[in-house]
Amino acid sequence: MRLRVAPGGPAALKVLAAAGAAAAPVRLVWGDPLERPLASLSPPWVPALELDSGTVLFSPNAICQFFFLARGEEPTDLTNQWLEWEATELQPAASAALYAQLVHGKKGLEAVEALGQLLDHIEQNLTRRGTAYLAGDTKSVADVVVWGALFPVLQDETSLPSELQALRTWFQNMTLSEACRKAADSVLMPKALLEFKSYLQKHPPPCVATERATSNEPEQEEDGSERALTEEEITAAVDAWARGVAALPKPWKPQKPVLPVEGMRNVLITSALPYVNNVPHLGNIIGCVLSADTFARYCRLRNWNTLYVCGTDEYGTATETKAMEEGLTPQEICNKYNAIHADIYRWFDISFDYFGRTTTPHQTTIAQDIFQRLLARGFLLQDTVEQLRCEDCQRFLADRFVEGVCPFCNYEEARGDQCDKCGKLINAVELKNPQCKLCRGVPVVKTTQHLFLDLPKLEERLEPWLEQSWATGDWTANARYITRSWIRDGLKPRCITRDLKWGTPVPLDGFQDKVFYVWFDAPIGYLSITANYTDQWERWWKNPQQVELYNFMAKDNVPFHSVIFPCSLLGADDNYTLVNHLIATEYLNYEDGKFSKSRGVGVFGDMAKDTGIPADIWRFYLLYLRPEGQDSAFSWSDLMLKNNSELLNNLGNFINRAGMFVCKFFGGVVPDMVLTLDDKRLLARVTLELRQYHQLLEKVRIRDALRCILSISRHGNQYIQVNEPWKRIKGDEKDRQRAGTVTGVAVNMASMLAIMLQPYMPSVSLAIQGQLRIPPDCFILSHDFTCTLPAGHCVGTVSPLFQKLENDQVESLRKRFGGGQTEDVAVKPQAEQTHPAPATLGAPGDPQLIQELTEKVAKQGNYVRQLKANKAEKGEVDTEVAKLLELKKQLLLAEGKSPEVPVPKGKRKK
Amino acid sequence: MAAAARPGVEELALLEKLLGLPRGNKYGVQGERKIPVLQTNNGPGLTGLMTIAAHLVKQAKKDQLLGSTAEEKAVVQQWLEYRVTQVDGGSSKEDTTTILKNLNIHLEDKVYLAGNTFTLADILMYYGLHHIMVDLTVQEKEKYLNVSRWFNHIQHYPGVRQHLSNVTFIKNRLYTNAH
Repeated sequence: MRLRVAPGGPAALKVLAAAGAAAAPVRLVWGDPLERPLASLSPPWVPALELDSGTVLFSPNAICQFFFLARGEEPTDLTNQWLEWEATELQPAASAALYAQLVHGKKGLEAVEALGQLLDHIEQNLTRRGTAYLAGDTKSVADVVVWGALFPVLQDETSLPSELQALRTWFQNMTLSEACRKAADSVLMPKALLEFKSYLQKHPPPCVATERATSNEPEQEEDGSERALTEEEITAAVDAWARGVAALPKPWKPQKPVLPVEGMRNVLITSALPYVNNVPHLGNIIGCVLSADTFARYCRLRNWNTLYVCGTDEYGTATETKAMEEGLTPQEICNKYNAIHADIYRWFDISFDYFGRTTTPHQTTIAQDIFQRLLARGFLLQDTVEQLRCEDCQRFLADRFVEGVCPFCNYEEARGDQCDKCGKLINAVELKNPQCKLCRGVPVVKTTQHLFLDLPKLEERLEPWLEQSWATGDWTANARYITRSWIRDGLKPRCITRDLKWGTPVPLDGFQDKVFYVWFDAPIGYLSITANYTDQWERWWKNPQQVELYNFMAKDNVPFHSVIFPCSLLGADDNYTLVNHLIATEYLNYEDGKFSKSRGVGVFGDMAKDTGIPADIWRFYLLYLRPEGQDSAFSWSDLMLKNNSELLNNLGNFINRAGMFVCKFFGGVVPDMVLTLDDKRLLARVTLELRQYHQLLEKVRIRDALRCILSISRHGNQYIQVNEPWKRIKGDEKDRQRAGTVTGVAVNMASMLAIMLQPYMPSVSLAIQGQLRIPPDCFILSHDFTCTLPAGHCVGTVSPLFQKLENDQVESLRKRFGGGQTEDVAVKPQAEQTHPAPATLGAPGDPQLIQELTEKVAKQGNYVRQLKANKAEKGEVDTEVAKLLELKKQLLLAEGKSPEVPVPKGKRKK
Repeated sequence: MAAAARPGVEELALLEKLLGLPRGNKYGVQGERKIPVLQTNNGPGLTGLMTIAAHLVKQAKKDQLLGSTAEEKAVVQQWLEYRVTQVDGGSSKEDTTTILKNLNIHLEDKVYLAGNTFTLADILMYYGLHHIMVDLTVQEKEKYLNVSRWFNHIQHYPGVRQHLSNVTFIKNRLYTNAH
């Protein structure tokens, strides 16, 4: 039998402990949270036991019970009772307590207090029976199950009140038993509760709220285990409400160009520069520009002085190759694709302050300046590299410009970096009968000089800076992890020059024919793009004292931003602004498979608008499933579901009803509001959600913060439903007054939702602003929910905000954008951003090689897609597809995976 | 909000009758959720629907209703737990939909919840779902076809339904496009 548990899933603890205690012969599988669950009924992070018969148990308690049954321990009335009590009473309370402890940062003791009566219950049972264990004198399934629920909250017996002596002893006994200790070690210990935290954080608070409340909580909301409101919170919320618009700061309208302002929070935001010769797909869009945009909009609503820049990365071999394919000059290619990018981002309503490009004179000036400073400070090394040179073309040949006979298998069309037939990596000079791909001439081996950035020497500057940045900034867990492993594996000198024409020239004697390697050059684009925006760019980029820098990217771009680029800037030593917050996403997959350029599967930026689905709906859905903390998958049916349930039925329905009531029942004028205790509680509840929203967005937890918005409108819908203003309006004076209050409060909630929604859905936000005539001065986010539409305020014409997506429509889109793929490789959200890897060939398992191959796979896939799109000869397509498959195989090999199996859907947990 | 039939004493009385037990057990309720408690002569009694129901089955010597192999027993336990945590726990329309959807998937290839044998899980799930099934529209019943088939089967199982209303299911499918 196979037991699958997800690392960090709370219930993993008890099933592992039970398996150990009952000595069950299970095969343990650490599940990937993204894998399809074994049982359709349970989410993938819940443990599942697959029996040899094929039956799957999904209830953790039933799994524990099974282990004990299998070795002949029958349940008794007493063990049954404990298991039922644990499932119905203890578990919901323990989850809520753990959530409060980890996510809301409640102190351990407070969390334990919330369990008070439940702990008493255990204590009383133990003392009354006078037994060592819950159901007698020997350990039973009951002990394991109850311990498994308590351990994450308590950790050790010392957090238990001393008067619960029997419980303390029992708990300590359990914790020390081998089975429990081992389970805790394997589930928790390495990163202790952080594992649980990551699990919990994937769940918005409402998820906990849907769990059943314990009957022991003294004051219960109708909604169950939602945290009870205190008197103070309610009073504070009512005060804030009453202060109205006057309480809000005036929205900050910065001068153009935006420049840092003394005494303000100055936020500089970049999103990874997309490589120019590709059309971005949805993964690219959520991976950087959309995430950065949402955050930039949020910052502006907080009155932080914000600059958001991005642009296309245009230099490099890939552009040269593409230019050759399309018969254009590199500059023409860049112009063409830069416009495509800009169009797509405009359609998605990305609010760049400036969208530039890297092929500008500023780029040359700044890159060369950094280079000169590195050179002067001794951070560059020179080394000789053997490379093939075509004398006819007068150029050194980049690997992809050489073909020849494979030295290993004698395949005739091996390329300069590897053989498509045997898959072995080749050093171009080892090719037999090498040929220049351009003129078919015979190249000769020449030595060529290259410059290297001395990363080992820079490491001593890097480490203290990283330590400080990590201590004070918000780096996503994957960014820290990837950076740490890069440094752990040892930094090596990295080549920063290339024998190419299309790039920034190297300003050094003997290097006139060379350009900077894109990975050195591209991040400098952030600076040069800003320089194209304002001649005072140094006030942003050489001003770490006043500026906070946020870099947004997908995780494959982390090392360039966390190690290499900071090393360049630290070495150049000119008081540069270095990254404070590095925000990296995981990958977005497509439907059940992967985004695949090769098969044209998936939605690409320029196609999104052809779907007829508005940009804001795309924004909403992509942000809703932003791969934050783990990979996620785009799905058409889910898009339809989220549109119809969350947007149409929840958010849209609430805002529309609130506005309609004002129009229909009160002639378009917000009525007087006389707050009852229920209304005041609602204000406090909404305030809590708003605070949570801020807390999350300040940490750039964009996806989770969106849940807070939806949760407020859910409260709103419930409020309207319970109070039924449409009935009361027909009643007596008192009823009509009540209808007025409810309508007024609801329309004010709608007004605040419009503002909270702005970073996510700017057009919808604007539409609500128009419909409700929200004064522009209220378009600001504070920490309080105030009455911005007071009695007497006139609203405009209210109309529905969202449209239903129909099944047929979505089905036809699904068909149009592909499916049924079998062997496609995931395209990383940032695939086009990855740069050609350095000329040195890495050993298998080497991240450099993996990156290089990934890039090739993406490029080849793209090429195949293009061929198909152009209706190329079948033979030609087949050849290219074969090459693609081969590349994918090599990539798998390089990643240390077996090429026989398809790429697992989720990326392996690091 | 329509009061969900709380797991309760009434249900246990139905079960007693179904099992052919003589009346005589005394029940109480505990806490706000009115959790049933079976009073016993010695000790504090038994608390909880699952626990008491399993106890009654054993009292009636119909242990096969709890499953005969370890696997079956665990499966029965799992569905009883699902009944008391999910079915009794959820009260919103959304919860109900999730439950029906889940059960519909689970029952796709099964006659009973635990596979091919009728168990306590079917009985309690039937009692627990009755108030939901009564309110379903014809279209919904058709949407959750497997649940409907199973429910209809259980309500006709001798002795189960007793005084509860019979839920009607239409044999012909009306909404062939339903998905």
